[in-house]
Amino acid sequence: MIATAIAFYLFAAITVAAGFMVIAARNPVHSVLFLILAFFNAAALFVLLGAEFLALILVIVYVGAVAVLFLFVVMMLDVDFAELRQGFLQYLPVGALVGIILLIELVLVFGSWVIAPEAAGIAAAPAPAITEVHNTRALGQIVYTQYVYLFQAAGMILLIAMIGAIVLTLRHKPNVKRQVIRNQVGRKREDAIEMKKVEPGQGL
Amino acid sequence: MEEAASSVPAILPALPEIVLAVGAMALLMFGVFREGCTARETSIGALILFVLVAALLIVEPNERVLAFGGSFVVDGFTKFMKLLTLLAAAAAIVMSLSFIRREGFDRFEFPILIGLATLGMFMMISANGLIALYMGLELQSFALYVIAAFHRDNTRATEAGLKYFILGALASGMLLYGSSLIYGFTGSVEFPAIAAVIAADGASIGAIFGIVFVLAGLAFKISAVPFHMWTPDVYEGAPTPVTAFFAGAPKVAAMALLLRVLFGAFPAMEDQWQQIVIFISIASMVLGAFAAIGQTNIKRLLAYSSISHMGFALVGVAAGSPEGLRGVLIYLVIYVVMNAGVFCCVLAMNRKEGYVENIADLAGLSRHQPMVAFLLAMLMFSLAGVPPLAGFFGKFYVFMAAIEAGLYPLAVIGVLASVVGAYYYLRIVKIMYFDDPAEPFEQPMPGEIAAVLGVSSVFTMLFFVYPAPLIMGAQAAATALFP
Repeated sequence: MIATAIAFYLFAAITVAAGFMVIAARNPVHSVLFLILAFFNAAALFVLLGAEFLALILVIVYVGAVAVLFLFVVMMLDVDFAELRQGFLQYLPVGALVGIILLIELVLVFGSWVIAPEAAGIAAAPAPAITEVHNTRALGQIVYTQYVYLFQAAGMILLIAMIGAIVLTLRHKPNVKRQVIRNQVGRKREDAIEMKKVEPGQGL
Repeated sequence: MEEAASSVPAILPALPEIVLAVGAMALLMFGVFREGCTARETSIGALILFVLVAALLIVEPNERVLAFGGSFVVDGFTKFMKLLTLLAAAAAIVMSLSFIRREGFDRFEFPILIGLATLGMFMMISANGLIALYMGLELQSFALYVIAAFHRDNTRATEAGLKYFILGALASGMLLYGSSLIYGFTGSVEFPAIAAVIAADGASIGAIFGIVFVLAGLAFKISAVPFHMWTPDVYEGAPTPVTAFFAGAPKVAAMALLLRVLFGAFPAMEDQWQQIVIFISIASMVLGAFAAIGQTNIKRLLAYSSISHMGFALVGVAAGSPEGLRGVLIYLVIYVVMNAGVFCCVLAMNRKEGYVENIADLAGLSRHQPMVAFLLAMLMFSLAGVPPLAGFFGKFYVFMAAIEAGLYPLAVIGVLASVVGAYYYLRIVKIMYFDDPAEPFEQPMPGEIAAVLGVSSVFTMLFFVYPAPLIMGAQAAATALFP
């Protein structure tokens, strides 16, 4: 029990510290690296909660894709971060306001569960107790068994969005030279090279 | 828990949908991997697929079956509506065959998108819960947005697509907001559970707000006033076969959804929603009748005509009785068939320089193409509701239901609106027969369009001879929805 508490405070402290460093670091690349550290520690917190699926998704999606994308953007775009940082403090009141509103909303949500514990029970798809069914299985149960119809429907909608994007924007331009690997590989020596007998002392 | 995890959900009730989805994806693969695939090839594939799905629908049993945890329902009502949407979608594909080649946007995705839109409509018709409702609606709408803008080199078509997309997103937002309120105040997303909660606890103010927003979203989809603004612009801008499709199948599906929501989820709140339905019904009939008078473009005119026809169909919904429901279903069938015929005539309006859309271009059609002129005139009389043509019976059944339900003012306003509407329908007849002839259209019309026009005309003209099958079918479907 004490070990879990120690682990929790360790991961939580690192998460908060890394989150602070994201906005405090001078070098934007360092910011992204601290963001990755924050993601990893948040994933560890999820594992402590027994939400191992969310933990893995966080690592795969956010660290694996989103953070790397950030790195690309930071490195490829020529943004003058020193200039962006000018007047950084004047946004502090607005940021604090947003933070306070979020905090109040969170308190309201959790407070309503405390005031009316039965409110959590009327969810359309209540999660089974974590001692009975582990997290990944419970999620799979809901998404792939209980709501499989809606899940597949969402897939069809995405398919249509994809078809639509292609139909409405893809244009096949004529006279564009494309790389055709088959032609490149199938090319014979005779097609490209012509042997000429060159007499000494004369040009071609 | 362990058993539930290992058992596969019962998918048999959704077999037509699955076949349609898999078939559409197979056609997509066919189109992608076949060099130079044209819309004609995938169109024929899509039509074969539709026939297969129709056969599956027909052999399906009529009793009520729930699937996927109650969010998917199959009964006589869904069967009737699905067959009707399938018919309307198939007609649209047939009508597009020669058009898209002439207009130069011959790409194989067109019939596939119509097929996927039809899949969305099937899901709307079978929806038995708020999430399933929204998923079906979005699946349909996404495909329709793309189809509207399909002729991407034409600025009017892209404008139509963009307009439809933005306003459709707004309507979806309203619908979602209403759904969240309903879920919040009833504690369930399934229609029967919502109905049970409201029957037990009475209508809470939150649920009333929710139903208002849901009705607003659905009214947008059937283009009922005051959510009709997009209709004339989209109908005018979209390519004509697309307009023909928009005027038919999506309206049927959205009306089915409206009926399912009102009678499946909120039968206990009839007093509340009846007022809303009466209002949008009267507003649609009146605005559709008056706004169409000044139109010079035939597609805009037909847009206003479809707005007012949806108003007439809503008269039957407002009655709230099995007779009213039967009237709505009969109305929708007759409307879809007449509409297909009228759009065939619009598709016949092509000259050497391209398709024309002005009503004045029809002048002298009676001399150049007497047969087409006669059929169009007949369809116009039918749209106006002149007996003994089919359009009269559609109106007759909904107005009878309204009178039986004691909604006399609604019925009287409806009859008056249809008299006003007769003016602009008959003006087209007058232009065709009595105005100075304009330049003739290219003749003859393509065979497949002539075939659709012929079927539509025969149905419209001879419906009164043998109306029993349709009336019995609508009766059975209406009783399936009514508990």
